[in-house]
Amino acid sequence: MSDSVETAAVAAPMPVGQSGTVVRSTVIRRLLKNPLGIASLVILGSIAVLAVLAPVLAPFGENFANITKTLAAPDSVNILGTDSAGRDTWSRLLFGAQLTLLSALLCAGVAIAIGLPAGLIAGYYGGKFEGVSNWVVSILMSLPGLIVLLTIRAAFGPSVWISMIAFGVLISPSYFRLTRTAVQSVRNELYVDAARVSGLSDLSIIARHIFSVVRAPIIIQTAAIAGVAIAIQSGLEFLGLGDPTRATWGVMLSEGFKNVYLTPTLLLWPALAMALTIGGLVLLGNAIRDALEDGEKIRHRRQRTPVAGTSAERTTAERAKARQARKTVAAVDIGTEHHLVKVTHLGVGYPQADGSVKKVVDDVSFHVDRGEILGIVGESGSGKSQTAFSILGLLPDNARIVAGSIQFDGNYTVAPGEDRVNQDRLSRLRGKRISYIPQEPMSNLDPAFTIGYQLVTPMVRVLGITKAEARKRALKLLADVGIANPERTFQAYPHEVSGGMAQRVLIAGAISCEPDLVIADEPTTALDVTVQADVLDLLRELQQRLNIGVILVTHNFGVVADLCDRVVVMQNGRLVEEGTVREILRSPKEKYTQTLLGSMLEGKTPMTMLVSPPEGPVSHESGSTAPAGQDAAAEKEPVA
Amino acid sequence: MSAVENAPLLSVQDLVVEYPSKRFRAKPFRALTDINITIGQGETLGLVGESGSGKTTLGRAVLGLAPVTKGRIIFEGNDISNASRRERRTLSRDLQVVFQDPYTSLNPALEIGDILAEPLGVQGMDATAARKRVKELLDQVGLPSDAIHRLPREFSGGQRQRVAIARALALSPKLIVCDEPVSALDLSTQARVLDLFLQIQKDTGVSYLFVSHDLDVVRHISHRVAVMYRGEIVEQGSADVVTTDPEHPYTQRLLLASPVPDPDRQEQRRADRHRLLETQRQQNEQTLVS
Repeated sequence: MSDSVETAAVAAPMPVGQSGTVVRSTVIRRLLKNPLGIASLVILGSIAVLAVLAPVLAPFGENFANITKTLAAPDSVNILGTDSAGRDTWSRLLFGAQLTLLSALLCAGVAIAIGLPAGLIAGYYGGKFEGVSNWVVSILMSLPGLIVLLTIRAAFGPSVWISMIAFGVLISPSYFRLTRTAVQSVRNELYVDAARVSGLSDLSIIARHIFSVVRAPIIIQTAAIAGVAIAIQSGLEFLGLGDPTRATWGVMLSEGFKNVYLTPTLLLWPALAMALTIGGLVLLGNAIRDALEDGEKIRHRRQRTPVAGTSAERTTAERAKARQARKTVAAVDIGTEHHLVKVTHLGVGYPQADGSVKKVVDDVSFHVDRGEILGIVGESGSGKSQTAFSILGLLPDNARIVAGSIQFDGNYTVAPGEDRVNQDRLSRLRGKRISYIPQEPMSNLDPAFTIGYQLVTPMVRVLGITKAEARKRALKLLADVGIANPERTFQAYPHEVSGGMAQRVLIAGAISCEPDLVIADEPTTALDVTVQADVLDLLRELQQRLNIGVILVTHNFGVVADLCDRVVVMQNGRLVEEGTVREILRSPKEKYTQTLLGSMLEGKTPMTMLVSPPEGPVSHESGSTAPAGQDAAAEKEPVA
Repeated sequence: MSAVENAPLLSVQDLVVEYPSKRFRAKPFRALTDINITIGQGETLGLVGESGSGKTTLGRAVLGLAPVTKGRIIFEGNDISNASRRERRTLSRDLQVVFQDPYTSLNPALEIGDILAEPLGVQGMDATAARKRVKELLDQVGLPSDAIHRLPREFSGGQRQRVAIARALALSPKLIVCDEPVSALDLSTQARVLDLFLQIQKDTGVSYLFVSHDLDVVRHISHRVAVMYRGEIVEQGSADVVTTDPEHPYTQRLLLASPVPDPDRQEQRRADRHRLLETQRQQNEQTLVS
């Protein structure tokens, strides 16, 4: 398959050279690049090594007491001194690390062993198990943890292990909830359905497709929980509820506190060890989260990488220059004032991390007059929406106008040489003289407010009329856009109306302040065909009645034929062809336009190949049969 | 409906699908009512309707992803309306699916090779044979063979849909349920993917249940077409009849609603549509009055 469109689309991410294995290791590499990540790993690593090597490194046993040498200062034998019973602090610290870390792991392990499977089952199957387990979880979470631990201590004695198992049970709901939510979000993904159709058992679906989603959050959660476990355990022991026969940091802390006036350093060492460990765990969790999120950011908004340099480089001199430019806007070229919108050699780009600029719109020029509908046609990635957004001034912050100018009604909104859309100039126009109809009607209405409120507020603000007037106007607008019961829609919330109705509401909003220009970005793409036809009728009728200029961004040539007077065709950020709608649709000159029109299904003989296939084993074969295909189809067709 | 003389590959009889309501003791939501369709060997049945009409649910019911409340789904003579997971595993050799959204139908964490090998592994094929088959499949859908070790996100929408088609083809099925497989694609990509569907049918004789909201797409790829409206099939018949000279008022509206890429013919169509809507409105009023 060497079709230009698809390969062009995939070409952009390719040079990064991310194959599966590389990506997986990048998380670890990114973790190691993060200074906090390295620091936490080094701290935790060394503490773990010290704990493992405790029997070798410790000069004395954990409970070996030298009563002749109590509360001693550090010397060559007892490098950190001794406690009130003459036990070596350094040795106890090492053995304490062993016990403290192991018990924290035990606690996290118990919590995972309970929470993870329960969360997987509840999230995947839902139903009764989920109901019951939610109930159990609610009870567990409402129990006062410390009191339960004290009760357990009273019943079973001062064992670190038992109290940590109990704490693990108490804290397992956090794993349960985490897992259940993550699983629920992917349970209905299509790839899980596809696996089901393939006949995979539930167990292998969970292991293969679902577990991977929860892995990362579980690791992060475990880092946090281990820290909490250490804190809780030491807290209990500090209160004197620990096992006095075993050395742990909490017991040492308690011991140190008793002698705080005699040897304050006894308190320092265990506290330091705990602070380092807990801090290390928290930092590690954060670093893992950052490493994972960074990956996501790059994946989803590759083009939005902000440049560190540019903001710093903007010197005060430049700012002053910009300020001056804002005051004195250059006059537009003589003879072009009568155009409602004129875009001249426009280039839009996104600065990349390596200093280059990725152009998404390149050398695009066109104009729109009053009462005219201009269609911008192109496939995804052609830059048609970016062009429309630069007229609206709604480009993302890091987008740059790299060339050209935009003028609206005889004034520049982007003067030649400016690298950003001037928001001062545009915000006076936007809403009032330029308005916008979006693609997704539902996501462009705020679900928290009634439709009436969302129509009235801009009118009050932009037109300066009273609320009552605005309300009257809104009701009339709703009636104008063909809504049968304006009063009811006015009071409805967005979720109470259908998609077609919502789009009518947005159209009503777009014309509410009597604009001169409406920019419609795929206004009917999300609608059913029958609804689309109604909305197209509405747009045409309003446009003729109000004599407004319209820029219609679309990929559908049927919509173009229905509404547009003139058409520009875009491909990969460039303007390919421009002409009247009849010229473009009937006798396109450029090959790309011909290919696009050739892909239309209307008027094609059913069951024949649409595109003369370029190459490849499958395609070759069909290439030879394509001319004869029509006959073949004709024979095949009369099935009924 | 008299399309196939010998026993059809798939036959759906009086199918009803209801989803239990979330609220206590509320009436269940009826997604499909008394559906009857058949698909013969090597035949494509196009299923067209607007969003919420139940066309996707019908495809999912055939696949065992939607609950069958009443009626029967018969595939190669066996009732599969309540097939167990084990029966489904056997069935998956013959019955496969291509979903609408090529972005969520492939697990983002798995390499293309693993995705394609999954259905093969379920059927107990060993790793070397599976790898060989995966190479064949990539070739068949026109993807480069180095795609095996890449992740889905490195491919464009059209290429991902090719991967999804390859996964459906892996076990050489007899019927593929295609749920809006070209709706998320660009126009020229859509044309290529439709070509691929036709080519595969020509090469392998597979049958399609082709679900789409686009009458033009359905007309192009189907032998017969069924039109769904509010959970019922309102009209079905041979593709050229249903998509050019429909009987049911809804299909007539649907046909005239889709715009044609020529300003003058579109103006004509618009006028026809307004006339049709006016006539239907009058008929409705008359039936209401009488």
